[in-house]
Amino acid sequence: MRTTRRIFLRNSAVAMVGAGTAPVWLQRALYASAAPRKKILVAIFQRGAADGLNIVVPHGEKAYYALRPTLAIPRPAVTGDRRADATIDLDGFFGLHPWLAPLEPLFQERHLAIVDAVGSPDPSRSHFDAQDYMESGTPGLKATVDGWMNRALPQEQAKASPLRALSLGPVLPRSLRGPRPAVALQSIGDFQIRNSQAAQAFQQLYLESNDPVLQAAGRETFEAVAMLQAVQKQPYHPAAGVEYPRGRFGDSLRQIAQLIKAGVGVEMAFADIGGWDHHVNEQGTRASEGQLATLLQEYGSALSAFWHDMGDGMEDIVLVTMSEFGRTAHENGNRGTDHGHANCMFVLGGAVRGGKVYGRWPGLEREQLYEGRDLALTTDFRDVLGELVADHLGNPDLGAVFPGYSPRSLGLVGV
Amino acid sequence: MRGRAAVVLVISLFVSALTGAAASKTRHARRDAHLFQEQIPAEQRIDQALNRLTFGPRPGEAEQVKSTGLKKWIDLQLHPDRMRENPVVAEKLKALDSLAMSSRDLVQNFPAPQMARQMVNGTLPFPADPNRRILIRKLAARPQGEQTQRPDLARLFTPQQLRELRTGTPEQRLAALQAFPPDQQEELIADLPPNVLQGLIPLAPPALRRKLELAAGPQQVVVRDLAEGKLLRAIYSNRQLEEVLVDFWYNHFNVFLDKGADRYLVTAYERDVIRPRVLGKFRDLLEATAKSPAMLFYLDNWQSVGVSAPQAGRGVAVRRGLNENYGRELLELHTLGVDGGYTQKDVTEVARCFTGWTIRQPQQGGEFFFNPRMHDRGAKKVLGVTIPAGGGMEDGEKVLDILARNPATAHFISRKLAMRFVADDPPPALVDRMAKTFLKTNGDLRAVMKTMTDSKEFWSVGAYRSKMKSPLEMVASAVRAVNGEVNSAIGLDNQVAQLGEPLYRKLEPTGYSNSGEEWINSAGLLARMNFALNLANNRVAGVKIDAAPTAQPGAPIAGISLGAPEFQRH
Repeated sequence: MRTTRRIFLRNSAVAMVGAGTAPVWLQRALYASAAPRKKILVAIFQRGAADGLNIVVPHGEKAYYALRPTLAIPRPAVTGDRRADATIDLDGFFGLHPWLAPLEPLFQERHLAIVDAVGSPDPSRSHFDAQDYMESGTPGLKATVDGWMNRALPQEQAKASPLRALSLGPVLPRSLRGPRPAVALQSIGDFQIRNSQAAQAFQQLYLESNDPVLQAAGRETFEAVAMLQAVQKQPYHPAAGVEYPRGRFGDSLRQIAQLIKAGVGVEMAFADIGGWDHHVNEQGTRASEGQLATLLQEYGSALSAFWHDMGDGMEDIVLVTMSEFGRTAHENGNRGTDHGHANCMFVLGGAVRGGKVYGRWPGLEREQLYEGRDLALTTDFRDVLGELVADHLGNPDLGAVFPGYSPRSLGLVGV
Repeated sequence: MRGRAAVVLVISLFVSALTGAAASKTRHARRDAHLFQEQIPAEQRIDQALNRLTFGPRPGEAEQVKSTGLKKWIDLQLHPDRMRENPVVAEKLKALDSLAMSSRDLVQNFPAPQMARQMVNGTLPFPADPNRRILIRKLAARPQGEQTQRPDLARLFTPQQLRELRTGTPEQRLAALQAFPPDQQEELIADLPPNVLQGLIPLAPPALRRKLELAAGPQQVVVRDLAEGKLLRAIYSNRQLEEVLVDFWYNHFNVFLDKGADRYLVTAYERDVIRPRVLGKFRDLLEATAKSPAMLFYLDNWQSVGVSAPQAGRGVAVRRGLNENYGRELLELHTLGVDGGYTQKDVTEVARCFTGWTIRQPQQGGEFFFNPRMHDRGAKKVLGVTIPAGGGMEDGEKVLDILARNPATAHFISRKLAMRFVADDPPPALVDRMAKTFLKTNGDLRAVMKTMTDSKEFWSVGAYRSKMKSPLEMVASAVRAVNGEVNSAIGLDNQVAQLGEPLYRKLEPTGYSNSGEEWINSAGLLARMNFALNLANNRVAGVKIDAAPTAQPGAPIAGISLGAPEFQRH
């Protein structure tokens, strides 16, 4: 079997952590003694290029309405009743899509910050490449083998929890791949081998395997399985009144909340939500109907549920959202939008300086558009993520996380 | 122990020093190059061939290849039409009648509830089969919220039968149902709760099974048959390489089945567009996909209208215009590759060339047609080649010509094949030779495959057992390895999805990754181990195995060997 550099790195990192042979109860005791108030970063990826201009609506921008004769979200009502189909005003210029109403109070209470005209400077309009660049954290560089979240994990002195970095879903996302152990799980309940004798036999086979990649992956898996056993025994009840929306994304956030509350040492969590590639019929006959509306309903209510479920726990958590690129400023001929450039990001947390839309707004007049068609980019996504890694997670080594780039701070998180 | 730790530490420091340095990449490339020159021993060659060109060896298959002769066996795999197909395949597929139907017949026979209502009120045509008509009437009569009335089961069953239906094993439930004469079964089936129906489906004999499936929801039959067909062929077909290639090329020209009308278009797409051309000319395959309703619908080209086309601007409700989706993926994913040297301007120009390539009545299984009223008749320039004004459907065909003979396409396709069959990061020299064959033979895919199987790299230490099996490959190879008897492949289909590869349901046009890294993670590994145990202990619905062969010395628990690290590679 061929050994690549990635395998080599991952393997030696696992070897350095060492002590995998300790009995399970002792391991659990070791993990449990880890500092209880670790900072946590939750990253959400909206796959398929979400239409940022209809999510954070620039209702103060005249050109927006000219570019989108059938897709623009109507201006907020000037007085009186809020219209179900209108933009929810945030600051007199920007507003939220009507289905993001659950996020409005979080913005007004200054827990939610929005960064607009943000994204990857790479001009690619390929979903695959753009996602890859954003997840690797190195736009334009295909040779990068690991992901930004893996590199951003702070160095550990003691033995790290096997669940310190995790994603919900059947495959480990690019963002989390790399030398430091990271776990993918489909659901907490299924993360086990129900026959304990077989589990032991498998564990032995994987730990003694001379296949370095599968040996390392197997070790990470069985350490995480051991740790999750206790969590699996307790049914999970979210905080009173909190209801996650049905579907994969709500399930993912609920389980992230469950794991964080269980104190298993989560530092980085990742979840994604797909289906944003709306080339055709992005909207129904009204702004509150159609594909984007349905997706935003799920998206907004899941984020809101997570916030309320975590409660005071949000003091130590920052949740950040991203999508590979935005969509064309003008609508296309099929009541949809094509692949564009800059987008918006949400940053949510107790320590976030929210209630503000960050980033310079470049405008939507023809000469202001990127390549004459898309929202121009004024903030690099690495500025947002870099600040969260340095000032929230406390990992100052941004040169290693975003090689070749020096993120500038926007002042998103309080000191 | 201490010595080993010290070595590891030294190596780690050494590697950290190299992190980010481009030097390490070339260093590794050089070492890999040496591994791709080193040949595997003769006795491993049959194993390598069976692992890579099939869905995994069956017991005794290595001996069969040996007696045929490896060279001749490969030649037969490259010419599947010269091979006798396993009669079991036809026998097993017979029950899956949707696989042989036209898209139009699929819509009629397996309608969604709103279509059934349209058939009943006369806006859509009824199917000919009287049994299907009864079913459609029932379907149309169902309340729209899917909340069916609780049937009065006590009227239909004895208390004992009712107990068995409610709390019994699926086998007991099936027996309770089969205790009734066939005409009464029909009535019972229509009233059974959905969860009971779903549990019975994998166990029932074919005729009854179809009735259960239709009652559970006719729409689901189409995707189920597709997935079952794929798995049954992967497990039973003698034409193994053809099956591997159908999967490969479907994935290359991926279509997401759950996108609207595609639910009824994918069956014909895989059967009539992909399957007959996997060892033919790339240009033919490309054009067949470009003209397929499934692809036109999936990547929205059927709605793309030239800005200056006669039809543009007509109609109040929908203002139509250019849609770039297909144009972009055609260049990026189907032909040149993302680094193939095209620009955003090329994407737009290609999209203009394909305006008017559309579908007649897509929701009713309609077929491809060129609509000149949607076509942009202006001049275009694609990759430096001018396409003069005044053209029609031939504008798109010219684009396909330009793309199919472009060296970037030859390279991109060759590399992707080599990734599947040789190594995740295949040696560039091999890819170059395959690309040369591609260009020399006008994209003859059989010739490209032959260049690959004739290469020393295919038989090298660098290639041997280096690939991680995809979930489909893992599941099919496990059933083959234990000679499983598959009555229904529904249970296996669920397993493939659990392992991370829901069949026909990759939403993104990229298809599933060809690289092993995609499949190496804790969720996937645990799912593999659990599947291995379930299969070996006869807990996968619809599959029966004789447990003896899996219990081996050193692995006393049945199924351990199938979940072990070695079995995940091929």
